[in-house]
Amino acid sequence: MIRPHRSHPLWFAFILHRLSGLGLALFLPAHFYLLSLALTAPESLDGYLALAENPLVKVAEFGLVFLLAVHFFGGLRLMAMEWLPWSGRQKSLAAGAVAAAFLVSGTFFLQAV
Amino acid sequence: MSSDKEELEVSIWRGDDAGGAFEDYKVPAQDSQTVLDVVSWVQQNTDPTLSYRYACRVGMCGSCAMMVNGVPRWTCRTHVKKVLDGKKVTVAPLRNLPVIKDLATDMDPFFDKWVKAGGVHHPSKTRDDPIEPINPKSIARSEADTGIECINCSVCYAACDTVTGNADYLGPAALQRAWTLYNDAKDADQQTILDAVSGNGGCHNCHSQGSCTLFCPNELNPMKAIAGLKRATATSLFKRKK
Repeated sequence: MIRPHRSHPLWFAFILHRLSGLGLALFLPAHFYLLSLALTAPESLDGYLALAENPLVKVAEFGLVFLLAVHFFGGLRLMAMEWLPWSGRQKSLAAGAVAAAFLVSGTFFLQAV
Repeated sequence: MSSDKEELEVSIWRGDDAGGAFEDYKVPAQDSQTVLDVVSWVQQNTDPTLSYRYACRVGMCGSCAMMVNGVPRWTCRTHVKKVLDGKKVTVAPLRNLPVIKDLATDMDPFFDKWVKAGGVHHPSKTRDDPIEPINPKSIARSEADTGIECINCSVCYAACDTVTGNADYLGPAALQRAWTLYNDAKDADQQTILDAVSGNGGCHNCHSQGSCTLFCPNELNPMKAIAGLKRATATSLFKRKK
């Protein structure tokens, strides 16, 4: 349950940015491990790559690209906020970051299926 | 128009720093009734031991802020009708500050941080010098003007999760005060201000959640002030003056 003082768009933008960062940090070791299989155990890597055809994995990949994109665009918003002259449209910019992330991850998903 | 028979169901937090709990009260509804009116009614008619703080009742002194239905508000300017959940309203002491008793918090940590953030004027002239003319339309003065109407109510401080997580964090109000002084042409020591706000509990702790700006009853923008301080401290690394 989200406490009342947190129930507003910029707090959601904050938590989305932190959780997406955490999700990506958890994914990275698995990503690097899998890539390392190309050198250490190529047959085993092929087995894993075959998994990518599984519809559930496609959906998970969509989620992953969404996390990456929303973290990227959200981070750009924060950097602009802290380095460029102030813009009062922070809520719109945060919403734009989510929209752009959906556009990127949605396009990725449509290409993948 | 509300009839005299209508009653509000009011939950008020009772206790002290050691702990406490919500207690329920019935308060007659009235027209144009503020949350402070409701609290006062309970103290004057039901339980005279209820402790709370207020002074001006017109939104100038900044003493009466409390958590109303979980969000910080100035209670003297909050119409209870606007925050009622059905007939219910809960009133609790401000977050992030030690409770003295019931709804009265100890605001010392809040005010101490104003001083820590370099929030005292650093004079550039003596009383013997002529008064320096300031162009009210200059960029720096306009920027300072956006933050000077702060009434020290601590609503932003109570709304801020960064304060909750880091007891040393100076908080939105103190940092905004530092930002107004930094932009004040009559302040002689901008570097002292930047040093004061860039330490461990300084402006760089801010996570830009924006609750300070959302709940500020005077519609000020501490989040913008803190972003300005972040920019100023970072650029001062490259050139040691503004």
